[in-house]
Amino acid sequence: MIKVENLTKKYGELIALDGVSFEMQEGEVIGVLGPNGAGKTTLLRILVMFLEPTSGKVEIDGLDLGNPLYQQEIKSKIGYLPENAPLYEDMTVWEYLSFVGKMQGIKKDNLNEKILNVLKKCGLEDKQNTEISILSKGYRQRVGIAQALIHDPRIVILDEPTTGLDPNQRIEIRDLIKEIGKSKTVILSSHVLSEVQATCSRILIINRGKIVADDTPERLENKNRSQAMINAEVDELGTNIVPRLKLIEGIREVEINGNRITITTTLEFDLRKDIAKIIVEENSGLLELTRQQANLEDVFIELTK
Amino acid sequence: MNKILTITKKELNSHFNSPLGYIVVSVFLLMSGWIFMQSFFIVGQASARSLFNFLPIIFMFILPAITMFSWAEEKRSGTVEVLMTFPVKTAEVVLAKFLSSFVFLAIMLLLTITIPIMVTEIGNPDRGIIIAGYVGALLLGSSYIAIGLWISSITKNQIISFVLTVTIIFIFYIIGNSLILDQLPNSIAFIGKFLSFSTHFNSILRGVISLSDIVYYLSIVIFFLFLNARVVGMKKWK
Repeated sequence: MIKVENLTKKYGELIALDGVSFEMQEGEVIGVLGPNGAGKTTLLRILVMFLEPTSGKVEIDGLDLGNPLYQQEIKSKIGYLPENAPLYEDMTVWEYLSFVGKMQGIKKDNLNEKILNVLKKCGLEDKQNTEISILSKGYRQRVGIAQALIHDPRIVILDEPTTGLDPNQRIEIRDLIKEIGKSKTVILSSHVLSEVQATCSRILIINRGKIVADDTPERLENKNRSQAMINAEVDELGTNIVPRLKLIEGIREVEINGNRITITTTLEFDLRKDIAKIIVEENSGLLELTRQQANLEDVFIELTK
Repeated sequence: MNKILTITKKELNSHFNSPLGYIVVSVFLLMSGWIFMQSFFIVGQASARSLFNFLPIIFMFILPAITMFSWAEEKRSGTVEVLMTFPVKTAEVVLAKFLSSFVFLAIMLLLTITIPIMVTEIGNPDRGIIIAGYVGALLLGSSYIAIGLWISSITKNQIISFVLTVTIIFIFYIIGNSLILDQLPNSIAFIGKFLSFSTHFNSILRGVISLSDIVYYLSIVIFFLFLNARVVGMKKWK
């Protein structure tokens, strides 16, 4: 449905996107992940035709975005929410959605119905006559999403839809995105991993303008599981502990931080038993011992270093 | 066409939803009324000429106050990103923004209609000159608006937008002034005189709307709207 080939965007000397290619099927929910300034927003802006790429090609439903003949047609297939949900502050929610609806070419007879529809979907029914300038950030984000959905587009593109929200609002928006993902093709960007993990069927990790990973969340998590970490907390650190720990086969690194010991081990063995034994023998008073496998967070940090 | 009108309506609503729209209209009426009255009693002639004589100067400060928001505010708040990704052509959005400021200008001018009505009641002014004056004011105002919209599209800052617009209009205004023209060699002076707002406006105020004056103002409008579209539109893909 969406085909991106060798997309490059330069702002003068700065290379924002560097040869990005990927394909996307109908119904997929892709999370574009990357640190700030990695090129996420640039990629999305090119997809919605707000920016032109320096080189490369994008096709949506087989139509070339670079061809002016198709641009209006492609635009109406897409619903877009830019970063920070920019809205016309002096309008009420209803006025704004009505304006957007008309701009999306919705006929007058259908307009009210469509507005009511998205108001309900986004939980905005009691706010419909409120002026946008006095809405909370969470509600503003919902108005932005409602705006992107009003013409029932097949593709929905959301740039950092959960940034700046409090935890409750974030969960609400996340649920809303999951709901949208059931019936539409969705691309969203985020620099928060858990968001993407919770909502997306596929993750693209971008760093310095390049795609460094493209996989399902589960597979990405497994890919980098070459090591495990064991955290121990002791009452009193004996002098012999560290040299003795280092002798155990499979231990790669031992780090001391106050009364905490962080031990990096290979993945094959669970060494907790051996470690506990040494700490107890040294009379250090074992307080806590936990094993932790590399999670998506570590994969992300590893890939975007 | 529907989409153009939708944007025009939205823009006009925002002019009149904020105090600024009313302030601008009031200041305009106050200034033009004052200047007219002053010369009306001094000259003692039943003519609306003095109303139009000062329009190039009054417009220079009034119209940029309207256009300074147009794109600058959309760029500052980010709404331009939503606006430009609607299925609508760049030219349509530019035209819609121009239309809304034009309607604003027309409303403002309509409110001065009391002056010619009053003059007609007292004396017997030349109606042709009054009509030509209004047509000229619309043409002159349109070119100011087109310049203001273009400037507004290249900055996020409304103050900069205002000051730059006033400056550029001022330059276009004075290049036809004889004080400037006398300093220039004849070949360049001719161009300066041709490009100046005041030359063409004064010629319209004499009561003759010539084709060349209309073409001049329309070219200015089209030229700056074209620049405007170039700035806000997505450039061609390579």
